[in-house]
Amino acid sequence: MKPYHYQRARDIPGAVAALAEQPNGKYLAGGTNLVDLMKLEIMTPDMLVDVRRLTSDRIEETEDGGVRIGAAVTNSDLAADRTIRSCYPVLSQALVSGASGQLRNLATTGGNLLQRTRCVYFYDTTTPCNKREPGSGCSAIDGHNKDHAILGASERCVATHPSDMAVAMTALEAFVNVHGPDGERRIPIEELHRPPGDEPERDTTLEHGELITAVDLPPLAFASNSKYRKVRERASYAFALVSVAAALDVEDGTVRDVRLALGGVAHKPWRATKAEEALRGEQANEANFRAAADIELEDAEPLRDNAFKVPLARNIITRALLELSEER
Amino acid sequence: MSTATRVPGRAIGAPLDRIDGPQKVTGTAPYAYEHHVGYPLYLYPLQSDIVRGRVAQIDASAAEALPGVILVITHENAPRLADTSDKELAILQSDEVAFRGQYVGAVVAETFEIARHAAQIIKISYDEKAHDVALRADRDDLYTPDRVSGGFPTDTEEGDFDEAFSSAAVKLDETYATPMEHNNPMEPHTTVAVWEGGDLTLYESTQGPHRVKAKVAPIFGLDPSRVRVVAPYVGGGFGSKGLPHANTILAALAARKVEGRPVKFALTRQQMFSCVGYRTPTIQRIRLGADEDGRLTAISHEVVEQTAKIKEFAEQTAIATRMMYATGSRRTTHRLAALDVPVPSWMRAPGECPGMYALEAAMDEMAIKCNLDPVEFRIRNEPEIDALTGLPYSSRNLVACLREGARRFGWEDRDPIPCVWREGRWLVGTGVASATYPVGRQPGSRVRIRCEGDGRYAVEIGAADIGTGTWTALTQISADALDVGVEVIDLKIGDTNVPFASVAGNSSGITSWGSTIFEAARAFREQHGQDPSEGDEVEAGMPENPETDNYAMHAFGAYFVEARVDADTGEVRIPRMTGVFAVGNIINPKTARSQFIGGMTMGLGMALHEESLVDPRFGHVVNHDFAEYHIPTNADVGEMDIVWIEEEDPYVNPMGSKGIGEIGIVGSSAAIANAVYHASGIRVRDLPITPDKLVQ
Repeated sequence: MKPYHYQRARDIPGAVAALAEQPNGKYLAGGTNLVDLMKLEIMTPDMLVDVRRLTSDRIEETEDGGVRIGAAVTNSDLAADRTIRSCYPVLSQALVSGASGQLRNLATTGGNLLQRTRCVYFYDTTTPCNKREPGSGCSAIDGHNKDHAILGASERCVATHPSDMAVAMTALEAFVNVHGPDGERRIPIEELHRPPGDEPERDTTLEHGELITAVDLPPLAFASNSKYRKVRERASYAFALVSVAAALDVEDGTVRDVRLALGGVAHKPWRATKAEEALRGEQANEANFRAAADIELEDAEPLRDNAFKVPLARNIITRALLELSEER
Repeated sequence: MSTATRVPGRAIGAPLDRIDGPQKVTGTAPYAYEHHVGYPLYLYPLQSDIVRGRVAQIDASAAEALPGVILVITHENAPRLADTSDKELAILQSDEVAFRGQYVGAVVAETFEIARHAAQIIKISYDEKAHDVALRADRDDLYTPDRVSGGFPTDTEEGDFDEAFSSAAVKLDETYATPMEHNNPMEPHTTVAVWEGGDLTLYESTQGPHRVKAKVAPIFGLDPSRVRVVAPYVGGGFGSKGLPHANTILAALAARKVEGRPVKFALTRQQMFSCVGYRTPTIQRIRLGADEDGRLTAISHEVVEQTAKIKEFAEQTAIATRMMYATGSRRTTHRLAALDVPVPSWMRAPGECPGMYALEAAMDEMAIKCNLDPVEFRIRNEPEIDALTGLPYSSRNLVACLREGARRFGWEDRDPIPCVWREGRWLVGTGVASATYPVGRQPGSRVRIRCEGDGRYAVEIGAADIGTGTWTALTQISADALDVGVEVIDLKIGDTNVPFASVAGNSSGITSWGSTIFEAARAFREQHGQDPSEGDEVEAGMPENPETDNYAMHAFGAYFVEARVDADTGEVRIPRMTGVFAVGNIINPKTARSQFIGGMTMGLGMALHEESLVDPRFGHVVNHDFAEYHIPTNADVGEMDIVWIEEEDPYVNPMGSKGIGEIGIVGSSAAIANAVYHASGIRVRDLPITPDKLVQ
């Protein structure tokens, strides 16, 4: 671990100002990912600005009937929240399926959104990785890539985003509130994470010094009929091979509205808009669910080891929607 | 040694709580790293980034300038070793690199963090040569080792296999593969090295303190009396701590350069995937031939596996096939590829574990071909005598285990047709497999017994407790051997200052150490009677067991497993496993049960999770942490129904016991693989059985 300076600010503007002066500085919240990466010298910030106590740790209902989640709310608290569990079960389920109890007690909402990929080559400073060391090459594209992307990847990077929580929030069309050197802004979560393109070193569209302060979940009545399904190689404590966050609104056997997002398939939580469009107004049945999933996956470009993700994603999209249509 | 049937006394067989339990749960039992030594320094290794070649240049100037860095040691300044015959241990003696991750140096600093950071900023350049790390069965450079591990013949041939197989009524010819796996005990390999006036003390995480001493002393040119190894508590080994690896030498070398200050070196989890041994990947072709009645007429088991170019390790993978079932003809072979890889080593039941996976999966497939229930098929091929030695078995209760397991599990109404039992999205199936493990026995152990007054007895033997319960089991054995209560026994183990003990490996500990305790107790009573005086003492060596000339000695067992396969995703869940074992007398039912649970859980990991992925371009294991190298979590382990049958074996040792440390992993992965086939109709022949191999 490279030696670094540690600083605690009085308030959010103070933290933002402190980091703005440190081009190689980082915010520290729960530290469950950042500290590991620092130990391995995958990330080597000169300065940590501790924001753990600066942002809200509360979950509050908003005037429009949605929910505001403070960036410092822990994954455990968010998963256990009564409103989240009843109105947005997909989010609670996603959180509980991630990491371990100990990690969830420490990990924060803001930090979870900014997890780095678990690509084994990103995690190994002795191998080329464009995300870790721009221009050095991608080891995964011709290496072990079972866990890697099938959608939206580039020649520079085939890594996947590891968060479960972010997949659920993507399906819920959350907004991410940030406070930066130029003031505050509100980013649709779909625009927070980015495809790798030519700059895989950039996971998100955040500018240096921007601090996530809260996540807003807009009201969505049919989100109470939602679920998260995560497939992994063991029963607990593993990253997703593929996961799906789904919410379904069915009336008289017809899909009125639907939300679908996939995890483990792309550099960002993958909003399955093509599948959603294909389903709106159609009969809620297995054949249509499957056909919609196939439409979304038409663009899939599997690598050497991960062609299985295509049928796997299709199957769990279909199963999740079937269960949501039956459980109503 | 008396080999008459000994009725278990009041201590052997009792479910005694672990006597070291309170220290362990209160964190006061010192593991290697936790020994208090004055003003220790901390070591972080430098490992080669290339697979093969030479170290060209080492720039450590920035590291050496860091406050707190005491020493950077490399081949350029390392002390010369007196004995470099073991190439795995002869580190820092030249600029040569023979495998990826080889130690090429180390930093010693005032804190672990300083040492690690210093290591990370040292620049090493190499002259790199082409390398070769990929095992394939079609390589043209496979060779035949002189012997395989354990001293067994490399190949065996009984009868005319080719003729018998070609004329068999029913035939099977399939190839099974197991991946590279890493032992990964909870406690990483750890050494605290202290030099004082030319004497070396090692606080070591090891399965054999005396073996470390014997190995390390000549390497440093020391008389063995000048080396002491201390290992009272060890957090698991699974074979990887059976022999010292290069980490021990690295710590001792570095400590010699900073004489006067101890050096602590504990591997990180990532470092556990390079230099402390692993299970070789295997490619196993099995051919079985049977007559119309399902009696085996031909068995062939041909193994391809790997070793390191610097040191041969030839896993005895086909060994169990040589004795497991009766057959008219039999062939077993082992071929090795010598690669630019770290040296493979022991991992829980080396040989039997990967070999019995392949054999027992093949037996399941063959039973189906023969239209026989897989339990009945195995019973039908039960041998009369041990084919390996021609001797009768001292006891062999495989059939009893199969029958009892079938009864407990509810096997009798099983529909053999795969993929027909469905509960919601779950495809459900059941599978069976046999287990075996030899009664391990190693020579040389010695025990000292001394009367301490007040009716107390010191029993001293330099054995290791690697988490198995040795502290407790040897206390129980000592009590019965001396015919006293466990509360008056003061056991001393885990230190080379007490008499020699063989390694905790090969499931041989209790047989070897327990037999010696019985022998010493007999001698003690003979010399000092029933009412000894304080200070009365004897020391005795391990007795011969003449019955080993008359009987083949093995433990046996059977597993019955229910598997559930998610029809959408290929996820496999194992809600229940039954294990039935015939292992003679059980010394302590509590610690024994833990051993069986541990072995079967490790078999579950082998079946479904564990796989070290080597990237042939870089030559190392890329999934080298617990996020990516999966072992079972609690949520993966369902109901474990574990029993042992009554088995009186008067020949094995005075306790009538057979070693149980390894048998639980032998065959359990096959039972799971067989159940997954029965559930899903998909026969996966390369472990682990991950969802990608099942999803459709």
